[in-house]
Amino acid sequence: MSIFKGWGARGRALFNDSKGPWGSSGGNGGAGGDDPPAPPKGPWGEPPKRGGGGRGPVGRSPVSSLDDFLKKNRDRFGGSNGGGPVATAQRPDPKYLYWGLAAFAILWLLFTTMHRIAPGERGVVTTLGEYSRTLAPGIGLTMPSPIERVQRVDVEDIREVTLGSAAEETLMLTGDQNIIDIAYQVRWNIRNPEQYLFELAQPDDTIKQVAESTMRAAIAQVSLQDAIGNRRGEIESLVSEQMQRTLDNYRSGVLIQGVAIKQADPPAAVNDAFKEVTAAQQEAGSYINQANAYALQLRQKAQGEATAFDKVYDQYRLAPVVTKRRMYYETMERVLQKVDKTIIEAPGVTSYLPLNELRRTPPREPAQ
Amino acid sequence: MDLVRRRPLISGAVALFLLMVLLSTFAIVPETRQGIVVRFGKPVRIVNRYEAGERFGQAGAGLAWRIPFAENFVWIDKRVRAVDMERQPVLSTDQLRLEVDAFARYRVVDPLRMFIAAGTEDKVEQALRPILGSQLRNELGQRPFSALLTPEREGAMENIRTGLNRVARQYGVEIIDVRIKKADLPDGTPLQSAYERMRSARLQEARSIRAEGAKRAQIIRAEADAAASQTYAASFGRDAEFYNFYRAMQSYETTFIGQEGDKPSGTSVILSPDNEYLKEFTGR
Repeated sequence: MSIFKGWGARGRALFNDSKGPWGSSGGNGGAGGDDPPAPPKGPWGEPPKRGGGGRGPVGRSPVSSLDDFLKKNRDRFGGSNGGGPVATAQRPDPKYLYWGLAAFAILWLLFTTMHRIAPGERGVVTTLGEYSRTLAPGIGLTMPSPIERVQRVDVEDIREVTLGSAAEETLMLTGDQNIIDIAYQVRWNIRNPEQYLFELAQPDDTIKQVAESTMRAAIAQVSLQDAIGNRRGEIESLVSEQMQRTLDNYRSGVLIQGVAIKQADPPAAVNDAFKEVTAAQQEAGSYINQANAYALQLRQKAQGEATAFDKVYDQYRLAPVVTKRRMYYETMERVLQKVDKTIIEAPGVTSYLPLNELRRTPPREPAQ
Repeated sequence: MDLVRRRPLISGAVALFLLMVLLSTFAIVPETRQGIVVRFGKPVRIVNRYEAGERFGQAGAGLAWRIPFAENFVWIDKRVRAVDMERQPVLSTDQLRLEVDAFARYRVVDPLRMFIAAGTEDKVEQALRPILGSQLRNELGQRPFSALLTPEREGAMENIRTGLNRVARQYGVEIIDVRIKKADLPDGTPLQSAYERMRSARLQEARSIRAEGAKRAQIIRAEADAAASQTYAASFGRDAEFYNFYRAMQSYETTFIGQEGDKPSGTSVILSPDNEYLKEFTGR
């Protein structure tokens, strides 16, 4: 469409040009003829801007100076017939006008025929709307602007669609009819720029919707425990594969690079119950640890005592009587050393003794 | 050139007129659109019509013409477009509710029919939206809740697509696929009861984990006790009598002297001279 506007502007400009000198005498030329110094800026200002606008920054300064140049030129030209209100006494020089036009045309051609395609970009060329070819990175040549147009598409840039976030819950139903709060990200790029440009009405929306529906379908096939835990990787690859299939079915020209589940948690409303499970697991673990410690201790003790007995018994076997007596006396010695002793000669007195008085040496209380 | 100099106004007007005719005769047809040429309200031909399997640059895109002032272009999208459905409550055979949010992707394959039946893409979408909703309700309403969650597996989506396609064909539109974007429990009681079920299931799990832990701890202790007894028996069983003596000695020591640290309260022993220990004391 802009092509026609461009042409239209040029057409008008041409028309103005032929009318310029005439308009100065009559003053009834319509849009451009009322006030020669001011109005030409309108129509003349337009075409260079259109030409330069879409075709790179280099065009700007020459165009604006060209603009001034043309304006000056027109003033002079307009004054040539002598009838205008502008009192320029100089001779007209139409050559400037033609030079200006030529310069403009050359610039126009330059900027609309040569296209610099950055690495990672492709330029899709349409000839009067019809797809003609795709330009590879580098300098690409096309026909000038109204005839051929170039749409640049970045095919290397990995784009991201993020669905769900930590801030708000995105709930989905799992296969065992539980609810999961999920956040995930889809990374994609453009594989086929023509298809991407021409096949989908809303490519970004489409990718988002397909991601949502595919993820929902995948989550609905696994249990909550699997989705939260160890089958995440499996879900990710499944979703990315199925999304690719669906988007290929739309001929979207999009390549899914990967799906990443950033978060898969039970919803906040039941989080406490899930924490309770973790606490129970830890508690059960601590029960078992305590039991293991007890078992270890008991076994060591038993082995220690048994070994000690075995050693003593081996010696005892060598000289049973002596060993037994020795052990008896040694033990008695140690025992009786520490206790209060009373030896009664006569039999039957025991019951008359004031037992409490016998404690002559009170047990040494905290000695040190 | 001479004519232009002499009659600039007239030549200008002629040029303008010619330009307008030129502009209104030709139009650029991009790859993304198909056009219908309408002569006084009656469609006469189609430009850049969608053909399955066509390749870009070989279809009808490019320059198109019409008879100025008599014919008009009506543009129709050639790309894949979406029909987004409003959220629909679906009732399963076991009387459970599910809120379903779906969309369909379509493409205008017969622009003429589409132009006659609806006119614009928006009107097609408006017409298809309620039909998509009712197809969805009908198809999913025949299933129990558990099957509702995975309609893809059941072939339900394909049935919905076929059903919707039957209607869509009357609008010159082809449904590419129907997909369920969201299937959620309705807010309020169903959601709360699902939460409640999840919560109680977790608490039950927690309890069983605790019990399991306690059970295993007890078994470990018992096994250790058994192992210790076995060790004792194997060793002490070699001579029960000596064990009796040996253990008695240890026991006296523990009882009367105490193990290091805790001393038993003072003990008084009254010994009879007949005592085994004092046998030699009497000097016999």
